[in-house]
Amino acid sequence: MVVLGQFLEVLIGGLLAGVLYSLVALGFVLIFKASGVFNFAQGAMVLLAGLALVRSLDFMVARGIPTWAAIVLALLFAAVVMAITAALIQKLVLGPLVNQSDLSLFMATIGITFVLEGAGQMIFGSDVYPLSLFPTDAWFILDGLFEGGLLVNKLDVWGGLIAGALVAVLAIFFQRTKTGRALRAVADDHAAAESVGIPITWIWFVVWLVAGLVALTAATVWGTKLGVQFSIVFLALKALPVLIIGGFTSVPGAIVGGLIVGAGEKIAEVYLGQQIGGGIEYWFAYVLALAVLLVRPQGLFGERIIERI
Amino acid sequence: MLYREAGQFKTSYAADMAIFPIRQDRIALIILLLFAFIGIPLLAHFQLWPLGSDYMLRAILIPFLILALAAIGVNILVGYCGQISLGSGAFMAIGAYSAYKFGTGVHIPLEFIGTEIKIAPLPVLPSILLGGLMSAIVGILFGMPSLRIKGLYLAVATLAAQFFFDWVFLRVKWFTNYAPSGSVNAPELSFFGYLVHSPIERYLLCLIFVTLFALIAKNLVRGNIGRQWMAIRDMDIAAELMGIRPLYAKLSAFAVSSFIVGVAGALWAFVYLGSWEPLAFSIDRSLQLLFMVIIGGLGSILGSFLGAAFILILPILLDQVPHALGVPISVETVSLLVFIVTGALICYLLIVEPHGFARLWSIAKEKLRLWPFPY
Repeated sequence: MVVLGQFLEVLIGGLLAGVLYSLVALGFVLIFKASGVFNFAQGAMVLLAGLALVRSLDFMVARGIPTWAAIVLALLFAAVVMAITAALIQKLVLGPLVNQSDLSLFMATIGITFVLEGAGQMIFGSDVYPLSLFPTDAWFILDGLFEGGLLVNKLDVWGGLIAGALVAVLAIFFQRTKTGRALRAVADDHAAAESVGIPITWIWFVVWLVAGLVALTAATVWGTKLGVQFSIVFLALKALPVLIIGGFTSVPGAIVGGLIVGAGEKIAEVYLGQQIGGGIEYWFAYVLALAVLLVRPQGLFGERIIERI
Repeated sequence: MLYREAGQFKTSYAADMAIFPIRQDRIALIILLLFAFIGIPLLAHFQLWPLGSDYMLRAILIPFLILALAAIGVNILVGYCGQISLGSGAFMAIGAYSAYKFGTGVHIPLEFIGTEIKIAPLPVLPSILLGGLMSAIVGILFGMPSLRIKGLYLAVATLAAQFFFDWVFLRVKWFTNYAPSGSVNAPELSFFGYLVHSPIERYLLCLIFVTLFALIAKNLVRGNIGRQWMAIRDMDIAAELMGIRPLYAKLSAFAVSSFIVGVAGALWAFVYLGSWEPLAFSIDRSLQLLFMVIIGGLGSILGSFLGAAFILILPILLDQVPHALGVPISVETVSLLVFIVTGALICYLLIVEPHGFARLWSIAKEKLRLWPFPY
C-alpha cells in the first residue's frame, strides 16, 4: 500500500503539474490553428502578463486599495496590456509578413520574444516578484485509504480547475460565438474566409488577444507557484514537447499532452532519476516528444499531415 | 564601370566552373585575404589603429571568425538543406567536450567485461578534428527523425538534442574529468611543436580554419551533394522522384553541418574561452546562430559571415554608443536594450529583406554592373 500510495502521489502531482504546461501549450495551439504561426513568443507573453499583473497589484495594494478590488483592477490592467501587445504584434510584425514562409514567421516570433522579454522587464522591473492569488499549502486526501493520506498541493488543484474552466470557455467561444466561427473559418482557409467577408486582420488580432489572455491565466498560476520571474520563459519551452505529443492543432491534445509530459517526467524523475544522476526532468519531455514524433509525426490528436505536390 | 564582366571570356571548362567566375571578385577576395592574413597581424603587431590594444582581436575578431564558421555549418543544414535546427549549441558543445576528452586522454573503464579502453592524450589538431567527427556522428543520430518529420516539428526534435546534451555535460562528470566546479580548462594550443599563445597567433589560427572550411563549404554546396541538398530543401518529394536519395542527402547535410559546427565549438572552447562550462553552449547560442544565418541570408556562405558580424557587433555597439554620447545607462538597462533592439531588428529585417544581407549584396552587385545607367 505504501508503494502504491507513493506512486499515486507522484502521479497526481505530475498530472497537476502537467496541467500548468497545458495552460501555456493552449496559447500555442490557438495561434497555430488560426494563423499557422508557430508562436515561440508564448512564454514571453506569459512573462509579460505576469509582470503587468503583479506590478500593478503591488502598486495598488501599496496605495491602500482593498485587495479584492486591486486584484480585479490588476487583472483588467494586465488584460489591457495584452490587448495592446496583440494589436502591436498584428499591426507591426505579422501584418507585413503575410504569405512569408513558415520559417520567416517562426523567426519573427523569436524576435517578438526578445522584444517582449526586454520591454517587459524594462517597464515593470526584472526581479522575482512573489504573487499569491491562490493558496499554496499542502492538502492531504484519501486519508482513509492510505496511511497519512496523499500529499497534494492546493495550488496544483486550482491550476487544474482553472485549466478545465478555460478549455470550457474556449470551446464555447469557438463553437457558439460569431467571432469563434469566423476564427475557425480563417483557420481552414485564409483566402476563402476573406472572400466571404470575414475581416482577416481583425480575426488575427482576436487570436493574439485570446492567446494573450490564456497567457495571463497561465501567469496567475505559474506566478503563484514560482514568483513572476524571467525563468518562466524557459518553462514555457516545455510547452513545445507537449504540443508535439498532443498535436499542434488540437486543444484537447494540448491538455492530454501536458498531462502525459507532467506525469511522465515526475515518474521518470522519481523512479529513474536516482540511477542516472538526477535532473532528468530537464530533458525527459523532449526525448519523449522525439519518440512520439518517430511513431506518430502529427501527434496523438493532430490532423493527419497530407502533402501534395 | 569598375565592376563589369564584359570582355572576360571563358575559354575552358575549368574557367567556366571557377569558384569565383568574375575577375573583380577574385581580386577583391585576394585583397581581403591578404589584409586578413598579413594586414591585420601587422597592424596588431605595431599597435596601430584600430588594433591599438588586443581588445579588437580578443573580443571581436576571434569570436567573429569562430561564430562565422559555426554559422556556415548551420547554414549548410538550415539554408541549403532546409532542415531547421535549434540544437546547434549542443553540437558546438559536443565538439568542444570531445576535443577536450581527446586532448586530455580518453579512459573508458569496462569492468563488466574486464577490460578498458585507453587512448593517450592526442595533440590539439587531431583532438579538434576528432571533436568535429564526434559531433558529426551525433548529428547523424539526431538527424534520423528528419527522415520522417520536417519543418517546425524537426526544430522541436533538435531542441531535444540541445536540452539532452546540456544535461549530459552538466551531470555526467566523466566528460569534465571529474572537475569539482564543472568548468574545464583547454589544453595548451601546441601545433607541431609550435605554441599558439598571443592573440595574434590565436587570430591567425582561427583564420586558417575559417578560410579552409569556408572554401570546402563553398565547393560542397556548388557540387553534386550541395545540389542534392538544395533539391531536398526546395521540394523533397519532387527531389526523391528525380532519383535523389533523401536518406543520404539529409543525413550527409546533418553530418557535414555538425562536423563544421563541432569544429567551431572546439575552437570556441580552446581558442576563445580557454576555460568553459556547459552554459557556454546553451539554447541561447543555438538561437544566436540561427539568427546569424537568417539575417545573413539562408543559403549563402557570404551571408554567414555578414550575419555573424552583425549579431556579434550589435550588442557591443549598443553598449558603446550611449557611453560615447555621455548618456548614463546602467549595465542592466543595456542588456535589456540589447534584447529589445535585437528582437526588433530581426522582425524589421524579416519584413524588409527576408533573404538577408546576402540578397542586399547581390542587389548591390547588379546595380554596380549597370552603373552609371539605371537599367
